Order: sequence, then C-alpha cells, then structure tokens
Amino acid sequence: MDLRDRVIAIIAEQAMLEPSDVTPEQSPADLGIDSLGLVESIFAIEEAFDMSVPFNANAPEESDFDISSVAAIIAAVERLVQEQRTPA
Amino acid sequence: MTGPRRVVITGAGTINSLGHDVPSTLDAMREGRCGIGPLDLRDAERLSIRIGGQVKGYDEQAHFDRQQIALYDRFTQFTLLAAAQAMAQSGIVLSDEERDRAGVVLGTAGGGVNTWDDSYRSVYEEGKNRVHPFVVPKLMNSAAASHVSMKHDLRGPSFTVATACSSSNHAMGLAFQMVRSGLCEAMLTGGSEAMLCFGGIKAWEGLRVMSKDACRPFSANRNGMVQGEGAAVFVFEEHDRARARGAEILAEVAGFGMTADAADIVMPSALGAERAMRVALRDAGLSPEDVGYINAHGTGTAANDKSECASVSHVFGAAADRLMISSTKSMHGHLIGGTGAVELLACIMALRDGVIAPTIGYEMPDPECALDVVPNVAREARVDAVLSNAFAFGGLNAVLALRAA
Repeated sequence: MDLRDRVIAIIAEQAMLEPSDVTPEQSPADLGIDSLGLVESIFAIEEAFDMSVPFNANAPEESDFDISSVAAIIAAVERLVQEQRTPA
Repeated sequence: MTGPRRVVITGAGTINSLGHDVPSTLDAMREGRCGIGPLDLRDAERLSIRIGGQVKGYDEQAHFDRQQIALYDRFTQFTLLAAAQAMAQSGIVLSDEERDRAGVVLGTAGGGVNTWDDSYRSVYEEGKNRVHPFVVPKLMNSAAASHVSMKHDLRGPSFTVATACSSSNHAMGLAFQMVRSGLCEAMLTGGSEAMLCFGGIKAWEGLRVMSKDACRPFSANRNGMVQGEGAAVFVFEEHDRARARGAEILAEVAGFGMTADAADIVMPSALGAERAMRVALRDAGLSPEDVGYINAHGTGTAANDKSECASVSHVFGAAADRLMISSTKSMHGHLIGGTGAVELLACIMALRDGVIAPTIGYEMPDPECALDVVPNVAREARVDAVLSNAFAFGGLNAVLALRAA
C-alpha cells in the first residue's frame, strides 16, 4: 500500500467507511469525523509513519499541518515524511 | 431558629505556583504575576509540552518526616498544608460531640498520579519486581481526605469527589449543602491536584489542547490550556456559630448549581453551563444584576472560552455589560480537580478586599468573548456577589455563588 492509500485507510477507518468511499476533496467534517476523531486520526498517522505531526486542536488553521481535505492531509503527510526521514 | 441556616467561610489555606499560602497567592493575583514557567521534572526533554504552573521552592522534608512521606503523595501533602492553614486561620474549636458532625469533602481528578508514575516506572522501566508496600494507600484518590480527617480529628461525612475539572467545585458545593441542611456543623473542603509528572503531562499531550507557550484565556490568539498543581482548602461553618465566636468571615457561600450536559465527553455545551449558573443564582436568591464578578472556568482553549462567554451572555443578558469575568488560570495554570478551590481565593479577594484578579496574557480581543475580562491588570471594584464556574470534560458543571460577609 502506498502512502496515499495508507492515509486514506486511516481516515476511512475513523469515518467508518470503505476506503473507496473516501474522495480527495472531502473534508474530515464531510466524512463525519468530529474533533475527537480528528485527534485520533492524527495519532494513527503518527504511529503508522513513525513521525510527529504538529497539530494544535485549538488553532487547527495555524498548525503546520493542513487538515482541510483528504488531499491536503495526504500532501501534509508526504511533506512530513520527507522532512522527518531519518538518514539511513 | 430564625430562617434557613447560612454558611460562611472562616478559614482558607493554599499552596500553588503563585505562593505557599493565601497572602502570597493573593499578592500575586493582585499584581497579575504569572506562576507558569518551564517544567522541572524527570524526562521533560521527551515531552512536547514543557511548561506548567509548578509549585516552586518546595521541600517535602521541611514539612513531613520520613514515615509521613512514605504515605503522603504530593497531592496529599499539598492538601494537608492547605488544611492546616485554613484551620489555623479559622480558629474553630469543636467539642467532642461536634467532631462527629464535622467532616472533610475534597476534590481531585487524578489523586496520587506521581505515585502511579513512579511505581510504574520502577516495575516497567527499571524492571523491579516489587514496589513500596504503601503504594495503594498513597495513590488512592481519597487518601488526602482521610489524612485531613485524621490530622484534625473530624469524624463526620468525609469523602473525595472526582468530576475531572469540576471536582473541587462539586466538593465545596456538597460541603455547603451539608452545613446548610444541618447535617454538619462545619466542613473542611476544597481540592488538590499534582499531575505534573512525565506520565501526567504525556496523557494530556495526546488531546492536543495544551499550549506550548502560555495560557491566554479569552484572547483571540489563545492556543490552549496550561496545567498547574497545588491545593486550596477552606473551613465552611454555620453563620450564627461563626458570628457568636467572633470569627472573621471571609465570605458567605450562598448557593450551588450543578448540571450535566449529557452531550459529549470533551466538547462543552453552552446550555449545560448556562443551566448550572441559573441554578446557582436561584439557590442563592440572587438575580443576575446582583453579581459583579465571575471567576471563569476560562481554560484558554478555543472551545471552552467561546462556549463559556456565550452561556454567560445568555444568563446575564443586559447585565453582562456591567459584569467582570476573569480567568486566574492565566496565572496559576489549570489545577484540574483542584482548580475551583484555588480560584475560590480570587472570589474571596473580590468580595472581601474589593480587588478583581485579572486575566493575564490577554493580547487580542476575540469577538466571540466580548465580555469585560479584566485584561492583564487587577481592578478595584466593590462587588456584593460573585459566581465561580467549573465545567468539566464529560459535561459535568458546578457553579458556586458567594456573597460578601
């Protein structure tokens, strides 16, 4: 599974949907994910990719992690994976 | 008897990040001093949240002997110190028979968190196969209430209330009802928390509601809560008894309201908070116009402050324009289960000294918190009645109403 599919799988599990029902333009709210679900999704992403996601639930828009849509989350994870890749 | 029994506060004690007693704490609140700073604790470098309102310059050996330290978790130590100050100030003398009708009701959310943390560390991390024999009596949430009852020989109703961030307000509300109803002669009540250890902070980090730099309640640029630690304990006593013995009355506890949102395990509901304030006002026989100050729950999270201001606006209507509301958590941090107790000190200062504690760290108005939040600088004002709000995770709300003596 590539990074994109893994992120979608995490989001789909939180939304209790099939991964095929999750589309890139949807926001977490569109998928029925509330604030607690969002925090849990971010935890799952951190665990899956062994990285740290900068996210403050008080000011999501100011966090250095765009959660406005599924596509934005995938892009943010891709960037963090690049940034936090540990040297081999 | 003429009319219903009234309940007054005749003693107060505290230890928290602003001071080790009531006068030093009130001085700090008056000066708008901040007790929040870098956390000094083991493994802090593995935390992403590294600030808190820690009790500073504290040496347990200066207060307790070796056997006591083996039995007293940090939250119990704080409680015992605060209780001794409150009893000393009150000067209350109870007969042997009256001691059966005087008890201890305290609030704490976590109890002996440091004891859990240290003991898990020794069995999991250090691989030890035994822990200290007193771990259970040291960590139990009710340990502080038990030790206070033993220390002061109070043999009436005594227990601990755990309703997360409302614990102390629920405890004090119940103690108030017990004295008012005639069940008890006097009560020691308040609360304590000592959660500033590696595991305690780690758990909170997970929710992503903590600020990394400061607690700025009601400010548009607020970015979360900051934890504190400490205790405050009060002597609640029947009014006529206190008057008859010439005790100094710090304030009158006039009413109590409690409600449940029945909605969400973390998000607050303005309606639940609103109902709790209305119940407290009605119980105290106060109208919104009578109230000059509210000590807010004011955690500095996006969710609480917005919701709390909406509920205050609904309850107070036009009277909200003349109302002052501040969050002293900006100075001492959020003491979780002990917070309402330390915040009651700000209410006493407002009623007795005519000084309203400020909300410090306030930098930017938020249209969703458009009330007089007493920004940054304390204010002199005569107020006759106040409310103290506590709204816990899980929607458990507890509001106290107080009157000037």
